Amino acid sequence: MTTITTRESADDQAVGAKKSGGFTASAANYIDERTSISGAVKELGRKIFPDHWSFLLGEVALYSFVIILLSGSFLTFFYQASMAEVVYDGSYAPLKGIPMSVAMSSTMDISFDIRGGLLMRQVHHWAALLFVAAIGLHMLRIYFTGAFRKPRELNWVIGFILFILAMAEGFTGYSLPDDLLSGNGLRIIDGLIKGIPVVGTWVSFLLFGGEFPGTDIVGRLYSLHILLLPAIIVALIAMHLLFVVVHKHTQYPAAGHTNQNVVGYPVLPVYAAKAGGFFFIVFGVVMLIASLFTINPIWNYGPYDPSPVSAGTQPDWYIGFADGAMRLIPSGWEFVWLNHTYSLNIMVVLIVVGLFIVTVMVYPFIEAWITGDKREHHVLDRPRNAPTRTAIGAAGVTFYASLWSAASSDIMATHFHLTMEGVIHTLQVTTLLGPFLAFFITKRVCLALQKKDREIVLHGYESGRIVRLPGGEFVEVHQPVDEYERWKLVSYSDFKPLMLRPNAQGKIGPVEKVRAGLSRWFFEDRITPVTQTELSRAHGDHPAEITDK
Amino acid sequence: MTTIKTPRARRPRKTGRRNPLASVALIAVGLLFTGGAYVAFSTSTAVATTDASSQQTIDQGEKLFAANCATCHGLSAQGSSEGPSLIGVGAASVDFQVGTGRMPLQMQGPQAQKKPVQFTAEQTAALAAYVASLAPGPAIPTADLVKASGDASAGAELFRINCAMCHNVAGAGGALTEGKFAPAIENVSGQHIYEAMLTGPQNMPVFNDMNMTPEDKRDIITYLKYVEDNPSPGGLALGSLGPVAEGLFIWIFGLGAIVALTVWITAKSN
Repeated sequence: MTTITTRESADDQAVGAKKSGGFTASAANYIDERTSISGAVKELGRKIFPDHWSFLLGEVALYSFVIILLSGSFLTFFYQASMAEVVYDGSYAPLKGIPMSVAMSSTMDISFDIRGGLLMRQVHHWAALLFVAAIGLHMLRIYFTGAFRKPRELNWVIGFILFILAMAEGFTGYSLPDDLLSGNGLRIIDGLIKGIPVVGTWVSFLLFGGEFPGTDIVGRLYSLHILLLPAIIVALIAMHLLFVVVHKHTQYPAAGHTNQNVVGYPVLPVYAAKAGGFFFIVFGVVMLIASLFTINPIWNYGPYDPSPVSAGTQPDWYIGFADGAMRLIPSGWEFVWLNHTYSLNIMVVLIVVGLFIVTVMVYPFIEAWITGDKREHHVLDRPRNAPTRTAIGAAGVTFYASLWSAASSDIMATHFHLTMEGVIHTLQVTTLLGPFLAFFITKRVCLALQKKDREIVLHGYESGRIVRLPGGEFVEVHQPVDEYERWKLVSYSDFKPLMLRPNAQGKIGPVEKVRAGLSRWFFEDRITPVTQTELSRAHGDHPAEITDK
Repeated sequence: MTTIKTPRARRPRKTGRRNPLASVALIAVGLLFTGGAYVAFSTSTAVATTDASSQQTIDQGEKLFAANCATCHGLSAQGSSEGPSLIGVGAASVDFQVGTGRMPLQMQGPQAQKKPVQFTAEQTAALAAYVASLAPGPAIPTADLVKASGDASAGAELFRINCAMCHNVAGAGGALTEGKFAPAIENVSGQHIYEAMLTGPQNMPVFNDMNMTPEDKRDIITYLKYVEDNPSPGGLALGSLGPVAEGLFIWIFGLGAIVALTVWITAKSN
């Protein structure tokens, strides 16, 4: 019965639409009658997104990825992933007559003999650098505002896997031209793999189809680069965005922003237009960069040959931290045991970098466990209001930055007239001590800023206006904050260290003790938000306009 | 004979007093002379050093040496604790070190750095002649060996295999240990590049004619001049420093521009 009635009503509407609307209306109706899409449009079109510049960073990453897909598809029309040897006979004179792989030769043809090829290569590569950089900045925003807290922990993990996959995409792409730089990069990977005890050599043989470099690796990396990795990335991006829709977007603390609402603009029409336009802006910036600045001049590097290594051989920036970690290892870190050499210089790097990556990936769960916070959070933290988290983040950034800059130790040495050893030793120190220093400084700065906020809420701004009272005393007039501003300053949640509670058997386990200890460390230094009582007391004593000191 | 001569005699009569090709021939002769004079001038330094055996030049060089170099290298170039012996280093070495401004040394340091050249070409030649007169050593290369007229792709391959590990594939320079470095090879004359390979200044190994023939050296110069004369087809080269420069660029200017645009897009209208 019901189905019949609804169908009738749908037909009625269709007739009505034909009468009233023009082409747009009838086309929309045509599509809706066949897909029932209006429900989805209604739902998504009314979706609210808060407007803040830092919320667009993920979008930048998404758009860079679209640019990469477009330019990459162009490149696949001309690139040939084969390591068969040919003699180059293209337009670039200083490589004429040089034997090279088909992969290198076809990349040279893309660069010099195919119209728009070099531009597309540069668009692809610059967009790739921007992609990972935008992900990195997006991740920092998520971390420092606490957007990873419940219910978004899983989306943090998905995003982080996307970050790793983006690096994998970057590295496989970097290796495809089979030029000197990419071959050197692969050789380092080969060395890393071979440094793993017992299985290393076999894994390397499996990957390269025999001894390095072999004739298989470019073809295999190509399959990963254009098929498997992009497919996983697209699937994960879909999940990532689905979660954003499901969870709704977070918002910064401000007047009227609560855990129960989202203050912002609906997707349709303005936000969608803005976001769509923003895609073209990002595309435009990438095009501009790609048309003005060279990236990866493979014609300088020449074909891969295992013997030469150029000065200034580095990976692209996002692999730099791993390269830097290896540069920071002191020489001679290896030992021989049972007739086998154990390369600590490689194993330590793999373990430390691996631990760092895993820690970042599971950080939301670690913090939730320490704080015991099971509430949902849709209002972001201002970084100062979570001093310990912000300090941990600063320590992580310092650690990463030290490793990262170590990858450019040689460039720093030549350009700042330093010794290479001096640069390396300095960075060794900053890698080990820098995070602690950064932790303490950041935490103190956060606490100081919180104190300042408290002061402002209770006593207002210093207006700079000095007034002489009838008694001869000079006071500075303090301007009270308006209530919109005050909302931002006082609305954050306070935490206390976890209490040790005995379990059902009446015992306190060692795990609970560790947890309580960590919780105390996390929260021991804190500035509590201004309460209503404090506020009314502060303003009750004084006239509304003028409050002294 | 006569039959051949008559048509020749007739032609000028038809066209006038001069053959129409005369002006072309005149220009050709003129160009030949100016070009020849230019070649003679440009090779004059090499010529000067070859007949540098003249005692007058050597004496002039000795005086210059005593005034400018002897403090470190010793009065008879025998060397001291401050500087190495120059006996047997040859004219090529002097021409490179003095001609690029590395000598006299600006300051003590990990290695001699380039500075504005201190001596004129004649003075440099005189110094070279003096040092060359002390003992046999590598001579200054002739002009045809330092011209960019070789095989660029052979030179590029040789450069990648023998030079790029210190100087970078595009000749942008690179770091060595303890503050030493391989300098960038931009705007260095072919003659100085050749002499550097031949004599191995500072920390550079010697590439003598046995392990790298003069033709190989010329090919390398040809490649370097090609890179210098042909700007990167991809646009500005960012110093040809590789991924570090690219990474810095995308973070500072690429992402910087994008962030500025996000701020602009989300700005509230007044």
